[in-house]
Order: sequence, then C-alpha cells, then structure tokens
Amino acid sequence: MTRLSGGLIDRNRPLKFTFNGTAYSGFAGDTLASALLANGVQLMGRSFKYHRPRGVFSAGSEEPNALVELREGARQEPNTRATVAELYDGLSARSQNHVGPLHRDLLAVNDLFSPFFAAGFYYKTFMWPRAFWEKLYEPLIRNAAGLGRLSMLPDPDSYDKGFLHCDLLVIGAGPAGLAAALTAGRAGARVILGDEDFHLGGRLLMESDLLDGAPAEAWVATVKAELESLPNVRIMTRTTVFGVYDHGIFGAVERVSDHLPEPGSTVRQTLWRITAKRSVLAAGATERHIPFADNDRPGIMLAGAMRAYANRWAASPVRQGNDAIAIFTNGDDGHRTARDLLAKGANLLGVIDTRKGAAAQGDYKVFDGAMVTGTKGRLGLRAIEITRDGQSSWHDAGALGVAGGWNPNVHLSSHHRGRPVWDEARLAFVPGQNGPAGMIPAGAAAGQGGTAQALASGAAGAIAALAEIGITAHPIALPTAKDASADQEAFWHVPGKRRAWVDFQNDVTVKDIKLAHQENMRPVEHLKRWTTLGMATDQGKTANVSALAVMAELTGKSLPETGTTIFRPPYTGVSLGVLGGGDTGKGFRPERLTPTHHWAKARGAEFVEVGPWMRAQYFPQAGERTWRETVDREVLAVRAGVGLCDVTTLGKIDVQGADAGEFLNRIYANMMGTLKVGMVRYGLMLREDGHLYDDGTCARLAEDHYVVTTTTANAGAVYRNMEFAHQCLWPDLDVQLISTTDAWAQIAVAGPKSRELLSRIVDGFDLSNEAFPFMACANLTVCGGLRARLFRISFSGELAYEIAVPARYGAALMERLMTRGQDLGATPYGTEALGVLRIEKGHAAGAELNGQTTAQMLGLGRMVSQKKDSIGAIMSRREGLAQEKRRLVGLKSLAPQTMAVSGAHLFEQGATRSMETDQGWVTSACYSPHLQGYIALAYLENGDARMGETLVAANPLEGTEVPVEVVSAHFIDPEGGRLRD
Amino acid sequence: MTFSGFKVIKEALTGHKGWGPLWRTPEPKAQYDVVIVGGGGHGLATAYYLAKVYGVTNVAVLEKGWIGSGNVGRNTTIIRSNYLLPGNQPFYEFSMKLWENLEQDTNFNSMVSQRGIINLFHSDGQRDAYRRRGNAMMLSGAGARLLSQADLRERAPFLNFDNARFPIKGGLMQERAGTARHDGVAWGYARGADMRGVDIIQNCEVTGFRMDAGRVTGVETTRGVIGAGKVGVAVAGNSGRVMAMAGRRLPIESQVLQAFVSEGLKPVIPGVITFGAGHFYISQSDKGGLVFGGDLDGYNSYAQRGGLPVVEDVLEGGMALMPMLGRARLLRNWGGIVDMSMDGSPIIDRTDIGDLYFNGAWNYGGFKATPASGYAFAHLLARDEPHETARAFRFDRFARGYVIDEKGVGAQPNLH
Amino acid sequence: MLIPHPLLGPRNAQEFTYLGDAQLLRRPDPQAPDAEAAFCDYVFQRSNPAGVHQELWFHEQGDRSWLVVTRNTVTHEILGAELACDVAKREGAQ
Repeated sequence: MTRLSGGLIDRNRPLKFTFNGTAYSGFAGDTLASALLANGVQLMGRSFKYHRPRGVFSAGSEEPNALVELREGARQEPNTRATVAELYDGLSARSQNHVGPLHRDLLAVNDLFSPFFAAGFYYKTFMWPRAFWEKLYEPLIRNAAGLGRLSMLPDPDSYDKGFLHCDLLVIGAGPAGLAAALTAGRAGARVILGDEDFHLGGRLLMESDLLDGAPAEAWVATVKAELESLPNVRIMTRTTVFGVYDHGIFGAVERVSDHLPEPGSTVRQTLWRITAKRSVLAAGATERHIPFADNDRPGIMLAGAMRAYANRWAASPVRQGNDAIAIFTNGDDGHRTARDLLAKGANLLGVIDTRKGAAAQGDYKVFDGAMVTGTKGRLGLRAIEITRDGQSSWHDAGALGVAGGWNPNVHLSSHHRGRPVWDEARLAFVPGQNGPAGMIPAGAAAGQGGTAQALASGAAGAIAALAEIGITAHPIALPTAKDASADQEAFWHVPGKRRAWVDFQNDVTVKDIKLAHQENMRPVEHLKRWTTLGMATDQGKTANVSALAVMAELTGKSLPETGTTIFRPPYTGVSLGVLGGGDTGKGFRPERLTPTHHWAKARGAEFVEVGPWMRAQYFPQAGERTWRETVDREVLAVRAGVGLCDVTTLGKIDVQGADAGEFLNRIYANMMGTLKVGMVRYGLMLREDGHLYDDGTCARLAEDHYVVTTTTANAGAVYRNMEFAHQCLWPDLDVQLISTTDAWAQIAVAGPKSRELLSRIVDGFDLSNEAFPFMACANLTVCGGLRARLFRISFSGELAYEIAVPARYGAALMERLMTRGQDLGATPYGTEALGVLRIEKGHAAGAELNGQTTAQMLGLGRMVSQKKDSIGAIMSRREGLAQEKRRLVGLKSLAPQTMAVSGAHLFEQGATRSMETDQGWVTSACYSPHLQGYIALAYLENGDARMGETLVAANPLEGTEVPVEVVSAHFIDPEGGRLRD
Repeated sequence: MTFSGFKVIKEALTGHKGWGPLWRTPEPKAQYDVVIVGGGGHGLATAYYLAKVYGVTNVAVLEKGWIGSGNVGRNTTIIRSNYLLPGNQPFYEFSMKLWENLEQDTNFNSMVSQRGIINLFHSDGQRDAYRRRGNAMMLSGAGARLLSQADLRERAPFLNFDNARFPIKGGLMQERAGTARHDGVAWGYARGADMRGVDIIQNCEVTGFRMDAGRVTGVETTRGVIGAGKVGVAVAGNSGRVMAMAGRRLPIESQVLQAFVSEGLKPVIPGVITFGAGHFYISQSDKGGLVFGGDLDGYNSYAQRGGLPVVEDVLEGGMALMPMLGRARLLRNWGGIVDMSMDGSPIIDRTDIGDLYFNGAWNYGGFKATPASGYAFAHLLARDEPHETARAFRFDRFARGYVIDEKGVGAQPNLH
Repeated sequence: MLIPHPLLGPRNAQEFTYLGDAQLLRRPDPQAPDAEAAFCDYVFQRSNPAGVHQELWFHEQGDRSWLVVTRNTVTHEILGAELACDVAKREGAQ
C-alpha cells in the first residue's frame, strides 16, 4: 500500500475491486487509477504498436496509457480510462492489447522489431506478392492492432436523450467555472454548469492552495451549496460537454450510472442537447510532458497528475512506500509538485530543472540546467539518468513526474474550425477570436491558469457573456487566492539517439517526427497522418503541441508558423449507445398502425413493414400450409365474390378553394379542372424534371372540394410538394390543403359482390350502375348515420369501391362489412393479394414508379396534357424522355413451375448476356391463381411492338433463366368490362 | 526511389537515413502544358495517369492547402463497383480493376483490402431492386452474390436479426469491394506523379482564370499567375466556388457529409456492411477503428462540420443494426463538403470555355471513383475525347434528358 | 441549427425539410419560346455560393409553412427568414 494521508476519499467506505483477476481495495472517491496506484500497481497497460509496458500517465480524461476493459459480460466496456473510471464496489477491470499476461505480453516482440515499424512503414512494404496483403499481412496487422474488445453481445443498458435550454452554459467547474456560475446564478440567469468529474472544483481539488486561508474544498462546498439553492442553476456533474454545434447548441453526455455496479432501473447515460444563448469555456488545461529517452516506463507521469494523486486521492505514484520520486521540469510548476509531495512525506530524489540557476523552493535537491536522459526498469521505473553539463549519473527512482507546461483546453473553441493562437509569453496555444459565436474562454482554458486569475476571469467572463444578452450581472466577492508562479522556459524535448515518446498510446517518437520531416511530410496534418500522432483515443491531448515544437525545431520555423492543431468533436470518447439515444430493437422507429390493425391481429394476420406502416400481409386460415395457399385463396375470393382490404395507408389530401381545380390542373399532368362533381379521375404527377413521380385518384366532392390520393410511400412528399406549389409558385390561387391520411380509414371493397355488400350498409344510397357508375364518388352516410365517402374505383380490376369513414370507426366498419357479408363470402385480404390482383390487372406500383421511369414507359404518355402547363410538362418533352422506347409489358412464364423473378433482366433468345444486349428488366412478378401460372410485369425495349415474342428472363445473380412470352400487361379483363358493370 | 523489401530492411537497419522526400516542393513554373486545380485524390490521380499513361509530364497540380486535405482525407474509405445503370457501372468497374492493381502500379501500399461489401435488405421490394442491381453487376463483370438471412447469420452473427423493427431479410454482396487507406491513395498518386516530373504545388490557391478569346490561358493564384495549355478543375466540394471564377453555374450543390471513427477495437466487423432500413454503413480500419457514416446533413454548406441530429440519426441506425456497438466509443467526427449533383452522378467533361475541363459532381461516393476518375480525366485532357467508360458523364445530359439517376429521386441533391 | 421562424420564433432545424436554392421560387414562364432551356436552367443549375445563400426550408414537423431563409454557407450564420409565400407574392407583384 502506498496510500498517503488526507485526500478527498471516504475512508469509511472501503470498496473492493479486481484488476486482471487480482483483488484490491480502495475507497469511495477513488478512481480505478488512484486505487491501483494506492495499491502499488504501476503497470496498467500496453502501448498500441510496440506493446510497451505502460502505467498511468495523467489524472484525467487525457489519459493515453491506462486503458482498461471495464465490467464483465455484455457490459464489457473497452478502452476505458482508468483515470476517470469511478471506483464502485465489485468493479472488475482488465488490461488490454496483450497476448498472455500483462507483464509478459508475447506481442512485446514488436518492440524488438521497432526499427522496421517506423513512421509510414506500412506504406512502403507488404506489397509483394500481391495476394499476400489480404491473405497474410493485413489479418496479422488487424489482429495485432486495435485496443480493447467488444463483448459482441447486445448492450443491455438503456439510454435517454433530452433537450435543455439556458442563458449561460458554463463548461467546467474548476475555479473559473464556479466563479462564472455563481456570478451568473446570482444575477438570475438560467445557468447550466457541467463538469466531467464527479466532484465540483476541478483543479482546485488537486492542489494544496488555500482559498481565503482555508483548503479550497471548503470554498467549493460553500459555492456548491449556494448554486444548489438557486432554482435558476442546474449543476451537472459526470457530464461531458463534448461538442459545439451551430447556433449555440451543445452536445453533452451525462454518465448517470457509470459509477454504479449496474444502472438498475435508471439509464446508463443521457445525451443532452443544450441550447445556450452564451457559454463560458472553463475547461481548464492539460499538462504536457518533455520527451526524453525511454520516457514511457510505468512510474513516469505528468507532474501535475502526481500532485493530483497525492492531494486529492492520497495516492503515491511509487510501488513501495519509500521509493524515491524525481521531478523533471522546465519551469516552476514542477517545483509545486515537489513541495506537495514533500508535504505528504514522500522520499524526493529532487527536481531536475532544465533552467540554469533554478533554485529549490523547499527542502529538496535541485539539479539545475539538467535533463533526464535515460531510464531503466522494464515493468516499472527503477532508475533515471540525469545529465548536467555533459556529466551523466544514474539515480534510483521509483517514479518520475514530468512538467513541461500546460496546454489550455481549447478543444471546444476550435470545433467550428477556429484556430487557436500562440501565446509566446505563456508558451501555449490559447483560444483565438474566431471560436464559436457566443463562447467566452476563461481560466486556464484561456491561459489564465493561476487560481486568482481563473476566479477573476471566470467571473468577468460571465458578466461579459450575460451583458450581451441583456442580463446585468454584478461582480461577486471572490476568495483571496494566490497565483502560483508559471515561470518556465521553452524546453520541448531532450535531444538524444534513443527513442523518446511524444504520443504514448500510438508509439510516436521524436525519431518518427524527424523521419516525417525527412520525407517531406511536414504540414501538421501530413505529420499526423503519416505517423498516426494524435490519432489515438486521447486525440493527442498530451502530445500534439510537443510534436509541433519538434517539427518547428526541424523546419527552423516558429511553432505557430509550423501549424496549429484543431480538435474535432467529441472532446472525449462518447459511447455509441448514448448517441443512438436508446431507441434500439423494435423501438428504432415508431410503428404506424392502420385502423383495422388490432382487428387483423385478432384474426391472425401476418404483418409486413411498409415504410413506417405495419400492414396486414395475408390472413392465414386453419389448414393452409403455405403463405401462397392463403394468398391464392384471398385473390380468388376477390375475383369470385368480395374481398376487404384496409387501404388507409394511401395518402389523402383534401384540396379546397375556388381555385382548387386550376391548382390541380397544374399539379397533375392530366386535366383535373374539368372533372365533374361526383366523379373520380386517375391522375399522374410528374416531377418538374418530367419524370413520373406518383399516381393515384383524384375525386371531386364539390365544386371547390377535391380529395387527392397518393401512393403510401409518397404521401408525405406529395403533400410537401403541393404546399410548395401553393405557397412558393402560385400563392395567389385560392386553395387550401390538408393531409387527411390519418383522419379517414379507407377500406377497399372489391369483387363482383361488392355492390351487394355495400348496399347492405349504406343509408338509402342508390348504388345502381346508373346512379353511381364507375369512377363516381359521393359523400353519404352508412350504418345508420355514420358519415362516409364512397369512391367507385378499382385497383384489382373488379367491380370495386373504396369507402372512407372517420378513422376511429375504421375497425367497426370492417367488422360490420365482414358480418353483413358473411353469406357473400366476404374475405379480408392483405398486401400480398393486393399485389397479385394489381399485377393481374397491369396496374403500376412502387416497382414501376421507381423515380427513373416516365409516363411513356407506363404507356400513359398521352395523359400528359399538351393543352395546359403542369409541373414537369415542359421537361417531359426533352429529347431523352421523348425518345424513350421502353414500355411496360406483361410476361408469361413459359416454364410451367418457374417464375421470372423481379430484378431479372430480359434478353433475346441466344443473345449474349451483357449490358449492351440488355432488353429490360422484370419489375413485379407473382403466381396468378386466376391464370394458374406465373406472370410478371416488365419494362422492355420497344415493348409495345413485341407482343408474342419469346425472351429470356435472366437472373445470373442466382443462376436462373426463364423463357417468357411478351403479352399485354392487362392479364385480366383488358376491356375493363368488369369495372363498369 | 523505389520501395522494395530490400530497401525497407536496409533502412530499418541503418537508421532510416536513406529515405528521401516522398515528393518535391517545387516553385511553380511560369507555364505548364496542363494545370490541374485541386490536389485531392482525383487531381493527383489525374496527374499520375497523365504522366504515366499519356506521357504528359509538364503538369502542375495546384493545391490551396496540403495535398489530400479535401475529401480523399476525410471519407469512409469504401471502394466498390455495385451500380445499377449502364452509364455508371462500367466506369466504376474500371475503377475497381485499377484499385486491384494500384499498389503494384504506384509502388505504394494504399492498403486496398477487398473484404467485401454487403448491402442489407429488409423488404421484398428492396430485394427485388437489389436483384436487378446485382444482375447488372453480373453483366458488367463486377460480380455479386445474393445472401440469404442464413448466410448473413453466419457471416455477421452480431447483426440484430431477432428483435428488429425492420427485420433483415438478406443482402447483396460484392466480394471484390472493400476499403483502402484513404490518405495512402493520395500519397501514392502524388509520389508517382512527382517521380514522373509533375510539380505538386501546395499552399497555392487559385483565385481566378486567365482568359483570352473564349479560351483559358492560365490561372491566377496566391503564388502568382501560372500559364497553362489546358486547365483541369478537380475540386469536389469547391466546384461551385472555383467555376464561379469562370462565370459558370453548375448542376451541383455543396453539402456537408459527416464521417465517424470509433476508438480502436480488436477486429469485429468483416468488410463493409450497409443498413437498408436506416442510413448507416460501417467498416473497420486496419488500426481497429470502426469507420462509419450515414446521411447528409442535407443543406448547402462549405463549413466542413455537421450537426448533432445527423450524429444521432447515424447512431440510431447503428444501434438498431448492431446493438453490440453500444459500449464502443466515438473517437472523432468530422464533415466533408461533397459536390452533390442533380442526378447523383459525376461529370467529367469539357466546359463551354476553351481548354477548360471539369471533373466533379462526385456526390458522396468520390473516393471509390478516384482511380478511374483520374484515368478518364487524364484521357480527356490528353486526347480531348471522353474515356470509353465515362462517356455518359457529360454536362449536357441534364438538358437533353439523359440523367443517370441511380436512386430515382430527380433534381434533389440531398436525396442522392 | 436554429431557424428563426417568422411566426413561431426560433425552431430547431430538425423540424424542417430542406429543399435548396430559393431560385426554385422563380419558375419560368412555360409559354416562353425558350421555355425548355429556361426550365433546364431552373431545375438543374445552381449558383451554390460559398457565403450568403437564400434557400427554402419547409416546416414539415410544424406549421407547414415554406420559408426563405438567408444563411451563410461558410459560417452557417442565419441572417433572416421570411414566409416563402410573402416572397413569392412580392416577386410576383414586381
């Protein structure tokens, strides 16, 4: 145990956990990393490429090394940073990316071959022989690459998402963020304060600084209590604001129950879309390191992290209590760590300070003007080499803190591609002026890293931000605090021949950057892509600026001339589950149910997804062995008696107004203004580019009232386009539109006995052929006063009607029709039978109206009126459309038991099978119980002129060929007598 | 310098001192035979094939930033030739054949990996449309297979077969499809072109065209005027911007398409899989990151960033299809500007201005076309006639009514 | 994005369906002798500017009004929004 005194851990709440199967214990308030350190565990993982042993490097979400697979079974969570994994009782974690035990990873052999794996190595080799890339090299690389493993089991947890709105979003709850939130909160502004940590306080918790002469956590507690008391302030801990989107919208993830063994009845995480009028970016800063030879051993970490572990978590970085600790720094910040460690009783070897003449700031030894030039210790640091004035000496050390300065967390400020600017005084990139609109950086994120500076800039940021939206906030009393000295020199890396890591996780060394420079991969994006620098799970938070500095040194340019790195969302990794929002499985999309859905379900119908709708596909009866048997029965029942089908899903649009007829003349390719009241007409709609768009019926219920029906698939789009035509093209026409698809239940009543059936439910309405002929329509009442609309239209080719009643009566109407039609053999039929009936009749549906076809192809070219303007009319006359020769035809299979399947291509007999000889394709196919054979619809070159010809429907994809005879698409009743009787 | 196994070993053992620049950093000359505007995949490929196949080496590629900084460096790396229409399919199949020999041709490992693409279908109608397409692929020699649900359960048991809102019924597979290392493609072409004498000029933004009597004679750039016998524009999302300098409007809208990569994971996804009931497609990189994407944001944009709604939509699709993804994490998400055309198909053609040529309208599938696009554009620039596989990619197809509309949605770019 | 709906105030762009360039309001005269060429231009050609763009959005999940939104395609800043029918009527009157 290397647990120190003090810290913000609850020693009354011990927690048990396992790492790689070994049991340990920690305390509430620990992270997995702090608890492991306190147990003397330094070795926590392996690097990506060379499988180098690695220990924890940081104390936050920037962690490159200590990545673990957390939890078991379906909850296994790869690449979890041990530094932010909150300890809970029973936590189980395993290290990743090794073969064999962590301390004896077989793939560590890669490290021996590291000279071969230099930057860009992959691009230069593995090319010979050609076939070996996919068969040998790539699988090897793939298996060696990657980090953690997915369980491959469905994620068992649920997720949620929601919207939040505020005046001021404060990102980060360190000194700047707390001061900003308190200032804004007292001003009455609606404030959201978000922080990724589970405590408020940020860096205040990690330091030994006093606020108003007391430990900082006392002030944090006071502020927290006040903020919690303000109804206009929402505090969101365990919440990472991960991205900035347009117009003040932020993405944030709240880890609701990741700190619990299981979520229980709540969600695992929530995705928040926060709309904020203004924001203060108080995200703090991330410490950078100083690359030197063999700087990646477990036990070497950021000095600020070491300080954080000692102060907040009472954890020492060494394996055994008295191992010596050294600090390597280029400025005063390293001395801060030395002082804090001393105060905790650590055995301090001393501070190696690159600055000549640097003095001790406490009771410890300083190696001034010195560097760390080497290290020893395979699985954990044992010794370091200190070089001063050309003299090197080895010293035993169990841990080394590295302090290279601090990089403001500018990430969110660059999400809109604003570039950070170089601040030479602070040796850091700070947010530029071109960040997201309304965002004010404050505190360490703005380069104001001193405690007093951070408090003041946070408060000032809030005042400035609120002033922009007309809220006056007043300065608040801030606690007295000191700014620690930030003096440092521009010392970026220790020169030398051995490997010095810059990006730990991806194993990018100073040598790799030199090689990239040598190979002219000098633009920073080329450098990153060639070496994989900054591409790891930490997005190079601890690496990128150091790498730029090395490249700057090589090119002889200044650091900002060399480039800047901007960051993309998300700030830290966000689980895919929460971004999916929890609508998984059958909840992926809502289901739209027809009015007769439950009725059909009770009758045992099978359902099929039709866009968002669930429709009855067929209604099996006892004794039927196959779906075909059922469908054949339903089809024959319609042809012989009467069938009932819910066609509510067809789009319905009410068009009313004095100019309704004129409006529809312009919407439909054919004439609608001349339609007589009480009649229905089939209509074609074109897109403005002249292609066929949608078809359906148009009924005129009154002089100024039409009802347009559309296909199910295009119901929304046709309505949208009609509104476009009305509002944008012809706003002066007196017409009003409304979609009534959901308002009316519509049932097709089809078959020779349909009139008889309907006559039993209408309230004294004359259904005779003379009074209500084919294509008639009327408002009427049925079943004793229920208002209804009746249309004598037919998709099946039989005498048929569609009757509409208010949606809530749809199921009752269906039941009434079934009851009253029992003696007539009334039979419900589903979408399959509907499809067979329309193919037999040669009616087009989705496969024929696929957006690539024209009215000519359907044989309806003459419906496009030349007498009037309509959408698409002009463009339908273009050369390529006018000369279109493919036509819809029918096909009869000449092989008795074989179907020419949809998607087969047509060829002349004996022709080679090629794109050049292709004659067309089969659009729809079925078994026709009426014709007792397989039939199909197809588009065929010069189809009209090829009746009786024998072709081959070829389906090389599945290796089938079927001889077919070209026939009229109207397999039944081509004269239409049945419709009109 | 030729890369070889011997060279790689020698350099590894001698401290990598012998590697030289992958390409030079030349100053622009006053005059070139051909100036290509745009140092992306298509521009670099054009220069490469101009030099290698057509012997035209007095060529400059002008890039406003760093080469490969456009869509070739920010796509989801899929290569495939699974098109339906005769205007497209031979071209993409030609591209696939070039992919298959790319590394040997350029002496640069672009990591072409033919691990297959599976387009899932969830309804009979979708199956029929895929069957029609698969048959077109068979007819063009691209090859295709129709997979049953049982086949899929074997290949991808992690898909959501049993609790899906839109059940998976099967898939259309092209086994020769797969992925390539996107940056490597740009670099391989750049290095190959540079070796053959092409000047690659970075940080050189074109700011205008020099014209004389209806012909283009050169370009104005941030590094001075550069004369050109012919100018080829291959700037993808910036097509509208650049051609506006020549006073031309295009049948193109620039829109943003987002792409996503997860943290590195041990291998989970074989090949490329696309969802048929939501907009989501996914593959896994050699490094282990899941690379995925979905729908366009759907509005005009030059901002190289998208919005949260599409992020959510993509992951809703992902989680619906592969519920085991939930505990992986998104690492990076970015946007690219794609040149969406009015029929979803590309343009490789002369313009109505003499000696000015255009290559663009790659919609959201330009990467897979890179080799054939470069080849066909080089052919057009060198021979002044279209390459046989790119004859349909003309400007005038819109006015004449010969659009190549794979999706059948008409002049609505955000639906292609 | 947030769209400043002239009647309803700021609305999330998710509620809208995007169509494209507001030139689509200006349907050519079908009677003109060069109507086919004018329609080709209208349907297919776009100015596609990098900068200020007038464009059509439909409040599909809302009040179903078509809006003409003025937006910068480089910064996504929205400079204004009007009911498309107002714009169409105004232009028709000119």
